[in-house]
Parts: sequence; C-alpha cells; structure tokens
Amino acid sequence: MADKKTLTFALMDAPFETARTTTALRLIDIAARRGYDINVFAYEGAVFVPFALQKQHSNPVHGHPEVEEEDHPLPREWVSALIDEVMKNGGKIDWVNCGLCVDERGAGESIEGVRRGAPGDFWAMATASDNTLVIATK
Amino acid sequence: MKVLNVIATAYRATLEEQDDTVLWLTHAMKGAGAELDVLLRANAVNYAVKAQDIGRLAFGERVQKQGPRLAEDVAGLIAKEVDVYIVTEDLADRGLAADALIDGLKEVSRADMATLFDDYDHIWHW
Repeated sequence: MADKKTLTFALMDAPFETARTTTALRLIDIAARRGYDINVFAYEGAVFVPFALQKQHSNPVHGHPEVEEEDHPLPREWVSALIDEVMKNGGKIDWVNCGLCVDERGAGESIEGVRRGAPGDFWAMATASDNTLVIATK
Repeated sequence: MKVLNVIATAYRATLEEQDDTVLWLTHAMKGAGAELDVLLRANAVNYAVKAQDIGRLAFGERVQKQGPRLAEDVAGLIAKEVDVYIVTEDLADRGLAADALIDGLKEVSRADMATLFDDYDHIWHW
C-alpha cells in the first residue's frame, strides 16, 4: 500500500466511564480497515480497556434478565476484534499497557496481543509514526 | 521530533498518584531521550505556585506519608532543560502574581500560543 500510514494513539480513560474510549476505538477501527500500522499506548485507567476479566451481565431494567439477551459491550472484545481487523487487512498493531499503571491497579490480566511497557515505548512509537493523537482524561 | 505537552486539566488524581501523571510522563520520557516541552494552561497554571501544601491526608489510622509536590516537579523539568511555558491570562484570571510562582517559567500570551505551536512537530493536549 503506497499510502500506508503508521498512527499512534495515547489513551487515558478507563472503560465504561466516558465516550472518549469508544471514540478512540472507532478511530482505530478506521485505521485498521485501511491496513495502517497502529500503536496504542494505554496510560492510567486505559490499561483496563483490554482487561481480560471483564464480564457481561444481564439487565432486568432493559427487560433482559439473561446475559445473552443483553449482549453487554465489553471493551476487551472490541480491542480483540480490532487486533483481528488490523491483521486481516495487512497492518500491524502494538498495544502497550503502561506497566506501573497496571501494577497500581492490579490490571495485569490482559487479552492476548497486549504487552507491558513504559513511557519510553510511547516515545519510540510516536517518533516512528506519521502522526500521534492523545486522547486524555478530562 | 519535538513535542509540546499542553497540560490543561489539573489535579487529576494527584493525591492517588503522588504527582500529575502528565508531568510524570514528561519526566519519564525525557529520561528516555524525548525532546519535550510543556505548556501549562487553564487550571494547570496552579502547578507553578510555590505555596502549595496538601496538608495531612489520613483515612482512619492510615496516614499517607508521601504526597504530590507539583511545583517541585515542574521545577525539576526546568532543571532538565525542559522549557515550561505558562499562559499569562490564565495566571491573571486566577490572581496569580509572578512572585507566587517558581522560577524559570516562560510566560506566553493566548495570542502568541499559535506561534509557539509552530515551533513543534506535535502538540499533545492532555
């Protein structure tokens, strides 16, 4: 792909708290469908976005007393699907969870395809990218 | 590559983190060889105030011994030759005079921010 780009995203919000997480994943999805190479540096609460122990629940308020009916969104599944989408379209994805942020939260159990890293990884990602977008907690 | 970290959101879990997480990230990335400067704007201009004191934090018998030292963290960046800019109007809006602030800051007016941004490859707005 002649116009293949490499993009880096820094995410900071925990899942299930703000719409910024979904917006960030939507942007990453567009890049994935274009076959771009993608880097993600998950900082602070964002290390919980690919947390492996997220579980669906039922929701009687929605009239869905069964888990299957509710089909509650799980960001870890979205991240997993994004990793698959990147690979399918010939791109590469490097999702790095800030290690100290993981430790202080006990968020060590991540889905496959996520690795532990440090701020130096973020700098290396950014310097090797066409552009970098920071989506910070406000 | 030269990056300007713009910090606007202030006191984001600073008690839990013992620092501002973006100031910390700037320190850590600078240590990894990054070319970074900082612009403090909006409520984050208060990070430069010398007289900050978080007092004593305790929950029951659990006393928190180490707290954030934000002005020292900013001064530490300046000592590492990071340019720290601060928005003049944001200081004035909050009644913060120059003698209340740490040394070594570079004031920039709102009108001059766009020109400042031109000096950087990337602007990361936190």
